[in-house]
Amino acid sequence: MDSSAWFSLRLSLQVASAATLLVFVAGLAVAYLLAMKDFRGKEAVDMLFTLPLVLPPTVTGYYLILLFGRNGLFGRPVFEATGWSVMFTWQAAVIASFVVALPLMIKTARAAIESVDRNLIVAAYTLGHSRFTTAVKVILPLAKKGIIAGTVLSFARAMGEFGATLMLAGNIPGRTDTMPLAIYALAGSGEWSSAHILVAVFTVISGAFLYIANIYGKKAVI
Amino acid sequence: MTLQVSIAKVLPGFTLDVSWEVGNELAVLFGFSGAGKSMTFRMIAGVMVPDRGLITLDNRVLFEQPSGTDLSPQERSLGYVFQDLALFPHMTVMENIRFGGHGKNRKLRDGEARMLVRRFHLSGLEDRFPSQISGGQQQRVALARALMRHPKALLLDEPFSALDAPVRAEMQQLVKEVQKELSIPVVLITHDLNEACGIADRMIVYSSGRVIQAGTPAEIVRHPFAAEVEQLVSYRIGLCEQKLGPC
Repeated sequence: MDSSAWFSLRLSLQVASAATLLVFVAGLAVAYLLAMKDFRGKEAVDMLFTLPLVLPPTVTGYYLILLFGRNGLFGRPVFEATGWSVMFTWQAAVIASFVVALPLMIKTARAAIESVDRNLIVAAYTLGHSRFTTAVKVILPLAKKGIIAGTVLSFARAMGEFGATLMLAGNIPGRTDTMPLAIYALAGSGEWSSAHILVAVFTVISGAFLYIANIYGKKAVI
Repeated sequence: MTLQVSIAKVLPGFTLDVSWEVGNELAVLFGFSGAGKSMTFRMIAGVMVPDRGLITLDNRVLFEQPSGTDLSPQERSLGYVFQDLALFPHMTVMENIRFGGHGKNRKLRDGEARMLVRRFHLSGLEDRFPSQISGGQQQRVALARALMRHPKALLLDEPFSALDAPVRAEMQQLVKEVQKELSIPVVLITHDLNEACGIADRMIVYSSGRVIQAGTPAEIVRHPFAAEVEQLVSYRIGLCEQKLGPC
């Protein structure tokens, strides 16, 4: 592997790690709310967060441009205040990966939290424990396996993110070319031997993560 | 201390409308499954909301509708042992018991939990998980955990239904002792007349969401008010008479 391949691998791991951290925090909070609370529009919220799972990545990317582009809803005030835009930076790749990986975490963690025996939760309340203590000491430990499976799946999905990243972060060699983007560029320019190596490395990494997710996923069902 | 319950709730196909009062005694809610006994417990514990009524414990209002008082389960100072025990499967015996002692400092909590372990013959099992101990032992852990909170009343939902006869008798004795020791209202659900006669100071007979008779086991067995009560008590009356002694 040459230096640009190493860069892509490192960038992919960096982007996926940052996105997974955000996915873990935000996904767990949303999953907890969806699993434990009844409120109006609950399924609409679930649908909104799940959309990136079924939309073409280019459409998700398009929405992200509308939000974070220089003229975007959030992008414009940031650009006007600082002269900086997230577009075409590695942080843009993090946003794209975060948005597409989030539904995997929400779906998996919600199912795991919903499968915790309600009587155990009620028992903790009747023993005098607050909702927060009950969540930390009872619900999350019992949903742990599903949460781990969701996190690992999200990491694998974030590593593989391509379409939305291309739209928001572009494919700038040495800056935003994560592994999937680098493979696309190598294939486009006919550099097959380099592409082979990256494809093989990527397959091994993703396979390993999927294997781990499966192990925890299976245990989570019990 | 007195637990006073007067509540009503209308659900599709079922209406609960009951009133009863239990002092420092062991009372049994008796009746067929589906009569509303467990639902009453859930409402006393604050995990289900009645449509209207009043629940007080030790002169403190836990629930009152229409006035709007509805204390959370955390604020009700009750010990509630669930039918399925609801032991935390990821915690050891010791951790389960300790988890009942909310709000106390760790040292105090540890000391109290160790005392309950000894009191309930659980020594040596502290580090086992609930799945690694017997039904009777699980039962004792659940009771110990409920007592860690120093409850002002104890609710036991069919606590002995899954136990073999000798273990059941031992547990009944233990509950009776605990009631005497703590001198608090203890209410136990059962549909076993034999059990009710064996331990109850008072029996409250439920049928289809209503209380159809309340009194001592002897009164209920010997002078059933209604045909429904008679039907409920008739099939085990022989055994019950043995426990109650001659008239």
